[in-house]
Amino acid sequence: MKLSDIFKKKSSSDVAKDRLKLVLVSDRASCSPEIMAKIKNDIIEVLSKYVEIDQGGIDINITQMDAETSDGKTVPALYANIPIKNIKHEG
Amino acid sequence: MGEVIVVTSGKGGVGKTTTTANIGTGLAKLNKKVVLIDTDIGLRNLDVVMGLENRIVYNLVDVVEGNCKIKQALIKDKRYENLFLLPAAQTKDKTSVTPDQMKKLAEELKEEYDYIIMDCPAGIEQGFKNAIAGADRALIVTTPEVSAVRDADRIIGLLDANEIKTKHLIVNRLRPDMVSRGDMMSADDVIDILAVDLIGVVPDDENIVVATNNGEPLAGDKSLAGQAYMNICRRITGEQVTFLDLDDKKGFFSAIAGLFKKK
Repeated sequence: MKLSDIFKKKSSSDVAKDRLKLVLVSDRASCSPEIMAKIKNDIIEVLSKYVEIDQGGIDINITQMDAETSDGKTVPALYANIPIKNIKHEG
Repeated sequence: MGEVIVVTSGKGGVGKTTTTANIGTGLAKLNKKVVLIDTDIGLRNLDVVMGLENRIVYNLVDVVEGNCKIKQALIKDKRYENLFLLPAAQTKDKTSVTPDQMKKLAEELKEEYDYIIMDCPAGIEQGFKNAIAGADRALIVTTPEVSAVRDADRIIGLLDANEIKTKHLIVNRLRPDMVSRGDMMSADDVIDILAVDLIGVVPDDENIVVATNNGEPLAGDKSLAGQAYMNICRRITGEQVTFLDLDDKKGFFSAIAGLFKKK
């Protein structure tokens, strides 16, 4: 980040680019925000049986990653960052 | 053997029909034999943009149904001997024609003409499928707006699925003044997001409106848009043409100011 960027407001064309990149990831993966919300809730439900989760810090996204066949193609991947507050100890 | 090119975009109102008309006109100026086909059945407009609306006798549906011969339905352009229009039917709907029929028609026209250009309707339904059926190459038209770029991305995905491998992007209605102050995505921003090669950038130009009013596409004239379209045509024929410097378009006062400004 340049020093001048700190004083400059983000331009609307940059906002447009960032928004487009995000919406295209879910478009390309045919994964709507509604489905993402469901996946997120299900993951929380399952994990909560075993650990205490910091619900505010959860970050779940569909991103693109290089396919293993490495012919330059990318495949969608589910990326999840779930902070754990406490491991629940049985008994 | 000719080439079939589909002009498509997904989103409506980004300039598919204007682009089709200008590319047809430009290629005709380069002495190519060209047929333009309006595949927007029910909402035809290529005829008015070309200024040929009073000469329609037969249309695309007539040809496909065998009511007339192809030659009878082709309307010769006002200005160019080697440019023809096959208009869409206005009173039918998109299902009056099938992709197979369009493919057959395209194959037939390819025998005699250098370029067959399909003006695709907006949307991704039957009309889109008809338009891309026989295409060897696709020109995707977008404007530097979030909604248009998003739809272009969807179209690129569908073209991939239909094995149309040669795809080129036209960024239409770019405003260099807005780009330079950061209020519009640049052509580079758009190709950065869409994984497809750029074939041309057409600036937002009042002359386009005038040309459409008159029904005479401006490809090849002195206007910036006219030059941009002509360059796209040259690139279609395989020529290497450098991209226009759109910032050249300056008002009188900034031109004067430019004289005193050191580079």
